[in-house]
Amino acid sequence: MPGKYIGRNYTPPDLVAKVTGRAKYAEDFRAEGMLFTKLLLSPMPHARVRSIDASAALAMPGVRAILTADDLPDLGGQERALTNEPRYAGEPILAVAAVDELTAAEAVERIQVGFEPLPFVTNALDTLRPDGPNPRLDGNAWGPPPPPREGAPPALPPFETVKWTTEDFAEEAQGRLPMGRPLEEWAYGDLEAGFAAAALVLDETFVVQSTGHHPMETRSAMAYWRNGKLYLHGSTQSVAQTRGNIARWVGIDPEDVILICEYTGGGFGSKGGGAVSMSIPALLSRKANAPVMMRITREDESYIGRARTNMTGRVKIGFAKDGRITALDFFIVQDTGAYGPLADHRSAGNAASLIYQPPAMRWRAVNVATNTPPRSQQRSPGPMQANGIIEPVITKAARQLGLDQVAIRRINAPEGKAPFGPVLPSGERNHVTSAFVKAALDRGAMLFNWEERKARAGKRQGTTIRGVGVTVGPHGAGSIGWDSIMTLRPDGRLYVQSGVGNLGTHSMVDLARVAAEVLDMPWEKVEVIWGDTGKHLPWTCPSVGSQTTHGMTRANHAGAMDARRKLQEIAARDLGGSPGDYTVGGERVFRRDNPSRGMSYVQAARRAIELGGRYDGHELPKDINPMTRASATALAGLGLMGVAKDTYGRDGVTYSFVIGFAEVEVDIETGAVRVVDFLGVGDVGTVVNPRSLLAQIKGGACLGIAHALFQKSVVEPRYGVSLTDRFHYSKPLTILDVPVAMQADALDLPDPETPVGARGVGEPPVGAAYGAVMSAIADAVGEDVFRRAPVTADIILMSLEHGRRMHEPLRMHV
Amino acid sequence: MSLSRRNFIKGVIAGGAVASSAAYLFRGAGSLLGQSSVERLLTLTVNGQTRRVDVLKQETLAMTLRYKLGLTGTKLGCDRAECGACTVLIDEVPHYSCSVLTHMVRGRRIVTIEGLEGPGGVLHPVQRGVVDEQGFQCAFCLPGFVMAAVGFLKTNPTPTREELAHGISGNLCRCQDYDKILTALMRGAEYMRRS
Repeated sequence: MPGKYIGRNYTPPDLVAKVTGRAKYAEDFRAEGMLFTKLLLSPMPHARVRSIDASAALAMPGVRAILTADDLPDLGGQERALTNEPRYAGEPILAVAAVDELTAAEAVERIQVGFEPLPFVTNALDTLRPDGPNPRLDGNAWGPPPPPREGAPPALPPFETVKWTTEDFAEEAQGRLPMGRPLEEWAYGDLEAGFAAAALVLDETFVVQSTGHHPMETRSAMAYWRNGKLYLHGSTQSVAQTRGNIARWVGIDPEDVILICEYTGGGFGSKGGGAVSMSIPALLSRKANAPVMMRITREDESYIGRARTNMTGRVKIGFAKDGRITALDFFIVQDTGAYGPLADHRSAGNAASLIYQPPAMRWRAVNVATNTPPRSQQRSPGPMQANGIIEPVITKAARQLGLDQVAIRRINAPEGKAPFGPVLPSGERNHVTSAFVKAALDRGAMLFNWEERKARAGKRQGTTIRGVGVTVGPHGAGSIGWDSIMTLRPDGRLYVQSGVGNLGTHSMVDLARVAAEVLDMPWEKVEVIWGDTGKHLPWTCPSVGSQTTHGMTRANHAGAMDARRKLQEIAARDLGGSPGDYTVGGERVFRRDNPSRGMSYVQAARRAIELGGRYDGHELPKDINPMTRASATALAGLGLMGVAKDTYGRDGVTYSFVIGFAEVEVDIETGAVRVVDFLGVGDVGTVVNPRSLLAQIKGGACLGIAHALFQKSVVEPRYGVSLTDRFHYSKPLTILDVPVAMQADALDLPDPETPVGARGVGEPPVGAAYGAVMSAIADAVGEDVFRRAPVTADIILMSLEHGRRMHEPLRMHV
Repeated sequence: MSLSRRNFIKGVIAGGAVASSAAYLFRGAGSLLGQSSVERLLTLTVNGQTRRVDVLKQETLAMTLRYKLGLTGTKLGCDRAECGACTVLIDEVPHYSCSVLTHMVRGRRIVTIEGLEGPGGVLHPVQRGVVDEQGFQCAFCLPGFVMAAVGFLKTNPTPTREELAHGISGNLCRCQDYDKILTALMRGAEYMRRS
């Protein structure tokens, strides 16, 4: 529904605060009598805390309280902020509150913790060996999730022990992933017939690295209590969804939590529903009876700040002569870190079945825990890894079959309501709401001058060779069923409540553009209320999985339509006729056949308050979430209220696609890779906010480029300690590592299964760039030069020098 | 220098420091480390104002700005001179304030993101460039980038995209909005030339 606001750029209402330094992030708040806390982190990757002697610390002047795991509520075996059985080096054991940070740090030094070392493992394959150590006392791997039960929250999968046989490891020496007993598996179609009919069958192993999320703002938090309520300044991607988590972590009712997070300094999945460490200042503050500030350092963040699951994947693919895939067999060993479980491996399987549309496919996986920092979803969890494991294989097939790289992706691309994933209990497979991938490939090839660039690829110029690559990056891109609240008030303004976190993607504000569009409300008269659960926010989707733009434009479309109907009803009631005789525009509701007969929004807002009932929020729809009900009740009587749950239908599962096109230049004397140019083309539905959308494509692509070339987490296997605890070692991308002008475009074709037509965009560009850059390197110097990422200069140089791969093919954390 | 508590408080008030934001770092035993012959009460010139502040000898400028002077626009992203989020100008030259001791900047002119605005809240041309081009996403890195750019543009007012990228390459953005950041700061450079 492009219109006055949808599809047009605007200046977000928070930008001046950001540019003047007035925007306050969690660590920017102060409270009278505020204490500081420092954490004592486990020096061992797996141990049991036998004793804690804090007497010397407590005797220090200025030390106010010490919090240990014994002070924390039980979370049914799930990760807590402090532990007596650390499962990774760097896991917090206790926290000290003192009058200043230096005192707290000195106190931590004076605390004696008696650790009993326990067996540990840092490499997922090592725990699968016949005599491999277990990362936890109760096993080493997560089993399949139990079937969902109606009305019950999803239960944790079982944690069990799986060991493979020596025979299973027979292929390891050849650099091929051993494939012992998987714990999860699905298949459809006739795999054997597919391979038998293939003109070319490739079988390759690839190692996808782990990377820390490392948002610029660490998970610092400050907390205090007032009148029995917890006030917490924290950093989260999802304000409305984090309140309940904090309540659970602290052991209080959600109504007693006031979370303030107006600005979030990045998250990328690591702050999806807040951070469990938020409970430390909250509980310390209660214990010390004073506000507590917890400044998380960059080193702390590298341990507790979450990381992407690393995967070793093996894929066997059959291709017909024309490049059409005939069968795909995919095996994943996923390292889910010290906690988990995560579902990246499942998303990877679904993504592969979606973007390559194999007529026959099998997916198998084992989801292993290790004594390494905890993982969480990181921007494109799963599909990015699938792109990395499979794209270089597709590029290799294209070369061997004499096909164009775009053509081989195009012939396998999903289109329309394309099916994906396993056969469900219903006997059907899932399908997407829409896909226009072939159109996006065509558009990108044209914009990128693909043919021209292809013609100059592979030719040596001096010491450099150029290569081109293309990849279809997919990701789930929208949920349904969320709520919205908005009030049209007698001051003539529309107030839209937004429970979305403020990550700077502007989805938090874009949802109000939909309300403005539906109600034809001048944008300068729209106020977005955000960032504080004390400000009566509706039940809102978590801002993860690229779902917000889809989920919340739907919810706010429903809320705005509710407000619009109420305007029509009030007009009909006061001016005669039926509601259908009226329409809205120019801040008035008026008769379609006689525009002069109507009333202003100001008058209608006043009338709504006089009429009460459902018009001003005193009577509410039955299907809204209790959180929305409480918020709407608090706002009742302020004006005409639009309040609704998104009950619009949807046929299919919402996915978005970004096609990445990359040209690289490889210096064969130094091994250095330079990304010459990058283009991302989005098949992401209707464009709501063009400037932000293109920035999402480019920014996401940068994360993919970083994964292809630089970024990684390294855990030392002998002592189990992290070696990448700073930016300097984990190698995030700098402005000099990307083309000086990147390109992005979007098809702007509406998704037919949502009223606004918009799908999410944040994640698909990551895998698109990851795959495209690695395919371009493969195009320049050969697919067999590397079988792991990041593709560093030494990998390229060593392989070229020796004429074969020199790197250890299967080890993670290198 | 001997100093009464009363005189110190007067000095802080005269310097405009917010009373409740002062003194977070030296109330307890930790201040023992700060006791030495080094003079603790400094006079700093920050954003054109003279500010008196009590500073530990090992205290960094970033901590003084954020916790003593209430200037929280300067961000700490790593505390180790890796990310640039804490960049401020010292005598017009960009510095990582996490790695500058406050004692070293006596008598020097310090400008933070809060000091860029002109009288009446008129945005600095580089700030206007960012607003007009909607540079930055989460914006935690924004103050550092803007200060680095303002400093760089004093030495090169007419940079190419490549030159400006080099000028701000000591700053990290994890949203990796580098393309739009560069566009916004180039727009800022253009506004600076016109102003």
